[in-house]
Amino acid sequence: MSAALSLRNVWVEYGDKIVLERVNLDIDEGAFVSVVGPSGAGKSSLLRLVLGQDAPSRGTITLDGKPLQPKCTPDRGVVFQRYSVFSHLTVLGNTIFGLECEQATFTGRLFGARRKAAVEQAEDMLKAVGLGDAMNLYPAQMSGGMQQRLAIAQALVKRPRILLLDEPFGALDPGIRADMHSLITRLWREHSLTILMVTHDIQEAFSLGTRVLTLDKSRVDPHAPGRFGATVVYDLTLDRRLAREARLAAAQVDETHPGAGVSTSPEPVSGITIDKINNT
Amino acid sequence: MDWLKSPGWRGNKVLLGLLPILILILLYVVVAADRNAINPAEKITPMPSAMVEAMAGLVFEKDQLSGEYLFWSDTLASLQRLGLGLLISTLSALVVGLLLGVLPTFRATFGMTVTSIAVIPPIALLPILFIVFGLGETAKVALIVVGIAPFMVRDLAAYIASLPREQIVKAQTLGASTWQLMLRFALPQAMPRLIQALRLSLGPAWVFLISAEAIASDVGLGYRIFLVRRYLAMDVILPYVVWIAVLAATIDWLLATSSRRLYPWAQGPSH
Repeated sequence: MSAALSLRNVWVEYGDKIVLERVNLDIDEGAFVSVVGPSGAGKSSLLRLVLGQDAPSRGTITLDGKPLQPKCTPDRGVVFQRYSVFSHLTVLGNTIFGLECEQATFTGRLFGARRKAAVEQAEDMLKAVGLGDAMNLYPAQMSGGMQQRLAIAQALVKRPRILLLDEPFGALDPGIRADMHSLITRLWREHSLTILMVTHDIQEAFSLGTRVLTLDKSRVDPHAPGRFGATVVYDLTLDRRLAREARLAAAQVDETHPGAGVSTSPEPVSGITIDKINNT
Repeated sequence: MDWLKSPGWRGNKVLLGLLPILILILLYVVVAADRNAINPAEKITPMPSAMVEAMAGLVFEKDQLSGEYLFWSDTLASLQRLGLGLLISTLSALVVGLLLGVLPTFRATFGMTVTSIAVIPPIALLPILFIVFGLGETAKVALIVVGIAPFMVRDLAAYIASLPREQIVKAQTLGASTWQLMLRFALPQAMPRLIQALRLSLGPAWVFLISAEAIASDVGLGYRIFLVRRYLAMDVILPYVVWIAVLAATIDWLLATSSRRLYPWAQGPSH
């Protein structure tokens, strides 16, 4: 496995306030990385960096060895907690949006045979996320879980190098959330995705991820809260989960129902390699 | 009775809505009949029969001087001015509102200018419009545009700027260029709001139309009611006012219906 995304000595500063400091990170191709940490520890800032919404004030970020431009481009897909789909487009319209933007520069719309091809591609993706019967609904007519399924399909149809999830299941009911966990695990495995997921839910972080990062401040000056930024304080590789995923991949298990091989409970600690980052 | 409950089927609502209007008409007829009984030459509160008589001359008979059906030429002239004014305002609101709402640099450059123009009372500009455009149609249409376009531009720009940032980021990660973002995201999202702003602007638009026609014109609904005011011709003024109300209500209804039909997704959950 090679590093798809690399952060080298990355800092994020807003004026005097330091949000992230000395972040060094290599995310392997095919990894499912969960990011946890207390509020205000820069989880969202990290995501915005990788997304290209913000530029680091120091350091470099590379995707496949090439420096990352500070703008949002289709090599990185994203699913937010809310507002991830376009309310004025149907399920199908939302899903072919990315294909239309790519192929019809001026009109942003496809017609005839090219549209048909795009629709077929979108339909396959929608069936994969379980929205095959909801093609012509508008997002307002769907539940939160269905909207998140759509948001995932919409992002995946562009085949992004890395999929960024910003608390994607945070606003969902527990039952729906479990369904979404098995869905994202299945998609991750079938499409060999590289995923970076920010979450508040530690159980979710461990049950989904092959690697869990904890962001926090390693130093605190009580008189100047903005003086020190957060960094990666724990970097846990979930070995047993990785091993099982490798076995699964090797056996080419054909699952009849989604998420069958994946438990949604946390892995026992014995299967975790803890890499305490030395911050001295 | 549960006052928070909906009155039920559509017909019920229409009947309930008509009730106050019928009561008002009845009240007027009672008062008018009373006053006409005392003074048969009464002009301030003409009986409906007198209104019908006066209007028949304007609706069905050609004017001897101009050879036109005055009521219809008034209506046509006014609707033409109003329509042009609304059209120009809507188009400029769409273009400027989109640019202001989507592009922060554009907003920083022109936002203050739009606000400054919007706070000028449009009627104060009327003399300038008359001087610049003359007393013809252009000045009247221009007054409507000056009167409502700034409000519509500001409303639309503020609405577009308030759309969730996530949606713009999502569109960009799906490969949308700035142009595609405008065309495929901001424009469709703006349309229901634009129609709503247009509906709210109908009232002011009529105000500016009638004002312009009252001051300098030779045809139009506003011109006519200000003209016949000299003869205390309430039997013409009242039907004209009712006609203006009917026209305004019809335009509003058409806009509301087309917005519902064209943009079903903007109507909230429908299941």
